[in-house]
Amino acid sequence: MSEAVAEPQGSAGVVHDWSRDKQVFGMPWGKAMMWFFLLSDTFIFSCFLVGYMKVRISTTDPWPNPSEVFGLTVFGQSVPLLLIAIMTFVLITSSGTMALAVNMGYRKDRKKTFWLMVATAALGATFVGMQAFEWTKLIMEGVRPWENPFGAAQFGASFFMITGFHGMHVSAGVIYLLVVAFRVRSGFYEKRGGKYEIVEIAGLYWHFVDLVWVFIFAFFYLW
Amino acid sequence: MGYVAIADRDHEEEHHDPDTFITKYIWSQDHKVIAIQYGITAIFVGVIALILSAMMRLQLGFPDTFSFITPENYYQFVTMHGMIMVIYLLTALFLGGFGNYLIPLMCGSRDMVFPYMNMLSFWVYLLSVIILLASFFVPGGSTGAGWTLYPPQAIMQGTPGTDWGILLMLASLGVFIIAFTMGGLNYVTTVLQARCKGMTLMRMPLSVWGIFIATVLGLLAFPALLVSAIMMLLDKTVMTSFFMPAISSMGQVPENYTGGSPILFQHLFWFFGHPEVYIVALPAFGIVSDLLSTHARKNIFGYRMMVWAIIAIGGLSFIVWAHHMYVSGMNPYFGFFFATTTLIIAVPTALKVYNWVLTLWEGNIHLRVPMLFAIGFIFTFIHGGLTGLFLGNVTIDLPLSDTYFVVAHFHMVMGVSPVLVVFGAIYHWWPKITGRMYNETLGKWHFWMTFLGTYAIYLPMHYLGFQGVPRRYFAMGDTDFMPASAQDLNAWITIFALFVAFTQILFFVNVFISLKSGKKADPNPWKATTLEWQTPDTPPKHGNWGHELPVCYRWAYDYSVPGYPDDFIPQNVPPEEAPAGRQHGVAEH
Repeated sequence: MSEAVAEPQGSAGVVHDWSRDKQVFGMPWGKAMMWFFLLSDTFIFSCFLVGYMKVRISTTDPWPNPSEVFGLTVFGQSVPLLLIAIMTFVLITSSGTMALAVNMGYRKDRKKTFWLMVATAALGATFVGMQAFEWTKLIMEGVRPWENPFGAAQFGASFFMITGFHGMHVSAGVIYLLVVAFRVRSGFYEKRGGKYEIVEIAGLYWHFVDLVWVFIFAFFYLW
Repeated sequence: MGYVAIADRDHEEEHHDPDTFITKYIWSQDHKVIAIQYGITAIFVGVIALILSAMMRLQLGFPDTFSFITPENYYQFVTMHGMIMVIYLLTALFLGGFGNYLIPLMCGSRDMVFPYMNMLSFWVYLLSVIILLASFFVPGGSTGAGWTLYPPQAIMQGTPGTDWGILLMLASLGVFIIAFTMGGLNYVTTVLQARCKGMTLMRMPLSVWGIFIATVLGLLAFPALLVSAIMMLLDKTVMTSFFMPAISSMGQVPENYTGGSPILFQHLFWFFGHPEVYIVALPAFGIVSDLLSTHARKNIFGYRMMVWAIIAIGGLSFIVWAHHMYVSGMNPYFGFFFATTTLIIAVPTALKVYNWVLTLWEGNIHLRVPMLFAIGFIFTFIHGGLTGLFLGNVTIDLPLSDTYFVVAHFHMVMGVSPVLVVFGAIYHWWPKITGRMYNETLGKWHFWMTFLGTYAIYLPMHYLGFQGVPRRYFAMGDTDFMPASAQDLNAWITIFALFVAFTQILFFVNVFISLKSGKKADPNPWKATTLEWQTPDTPPKHGNWGHELPVCYRWAYDYSVPGYPDDFIPQNVPPEEAPAGRQHGVAEH
């Protein structure tokens, strides 16, 4: 198929995309499907966050102060939100290595793609590890889904539910990235036309998980 | 570098035909087989829901007669009937069944874009059905919380099935949502990214439009149900207090619940629940448009309007949810807002009804079985839609909300109407799906008895509602404000409900006779224009189109075009061989 005619730009381009035959978006099926999935997943996290906001408003007990609860004491000094800051930094960094991996994937540099994806997965695993540390710390301090010593019971419930659901997304992402990374290295995709769109598709998911974390960070830890 | 559409890439064309029985019929990745699997499973649970409704009616019509229907059973029947009909029958059948069958065939594709995920979708759906049905057999039985599962009562002692039933119900819903997401992503991607050459969005049959927009609604609405199910599971299992306020039950404070918000559940549930109405209704709208146009031998009136009305209804359906919660209490300004949006949704809906009627106007109407069901749908839908206008207003909803008026309203608009379309669609596509014809006379009997029977059931129910007969009650007992005749009407309704339930046997008899000894079907018995009737084989084989994909040259409604010998021009007839009917905004390539 020849695409001789230059495609119109701007709003005319949008009309052209939606009114043509075969396909609306000039992208592979898997990538389009990942976008639709992420749109749906956005609604899941939005519902979680809206639900958390509602119970935070409706509960009668005072809400714990997140800066104190999530503070760490280092060298005898209490630093608010220290661990969360490091976790956020790690996750955002992993988005950077992921973006590089996508670039290397399209350059068909299999070795660099592999190592960058492994680095991304390692940073993701570090994030999950630190989250496990944070959970352990809070549980030791007596925070439970049904009660906590700092105030409203919904604090622990929302915390474990939302960070748990996000942590599951990160863990799934780590596995997904590793599977794709090892397939890239083994030449699996060479037999299938040598296309490395799958790296970008995995990357979309990974960036989404990072973006969700930014919202959780803003609404749960900073509010 | 120009991007080459995937459908045009060579290596995507290779298809491995499944050869063993298991890969062909059990672990099949063919969208047609998956559609039939979805259809059979959905109809199977639908029959269970029908039996449950018959049990409820037996109790209401003849109280104190049947010792095997206890109050606990009654509430369990109500709950399971509602949940099965709305989600496991109608959603699964319209999207998993008809969506799977029709989208690739009508869009001229070989299959869904990711067949393996499509297959998983069905098996996960089957798992959710098994979990749901298992809840009948656990200690305490299935949940009796009502199909809306409102907390606090859904998880508190005193409601039937609070031990295991509610857990299995919530788990089953979660599993269903996973199944739906896997299927739904496939349907959306297939419609948007895998149509055949010449098939623009504005040439797609309205069936595909309805299923497509309904799937989009599902992908955005089911998350709210998933989240509310997860939160309620946590409230039930680990004593969180998302939905549970500090509460006393039977004179004591039983749990350490504190500070939760039951209204939050209602918001989340109805943010799913109202789009869910249109997840069921939009495919019905689309399919009925195609049935009417085909059997009236006339193009659908106002195709573009119909498409935009589907999109508008889909969008509006996300901002009307709180009209289910007027009696929960809310700020009057919110009530005003939600009443307004609710009534606005009547505009595109009425527009569709006018267009259906105008499609019939001066058409060459063939009253075959699918057409009867389609016309029957227009009646029941107008009927249910008009009572919806009553209930959309806060002041009228308040007194009517807890009466049989509401039951009659939503059974007319969301029960009978989509089910009539389901039957019409099954009769319509039966020759293509099975390659055999059904018995026309039996089909007509099936229609008339079902259609008239439902009116005998639901018209009196509206009247009972005006009398103030409350819904959800196990037995009415002696109540001063209800006249004795209310009980007579209830007996009447029960008799006709049983009549309609037994009438459905005609459908199954027809199915079996047709499969066993039905006449071999013509590839295009209704002389329809859409692509699924132009396949080289009937029923279509794996890959649908033989060696070459079809090319689409025209919209789906070229019926009775002047100057052409046949009264229909299929979508794949090129313009050199037939006059162009009505042209629709098509980008030139």
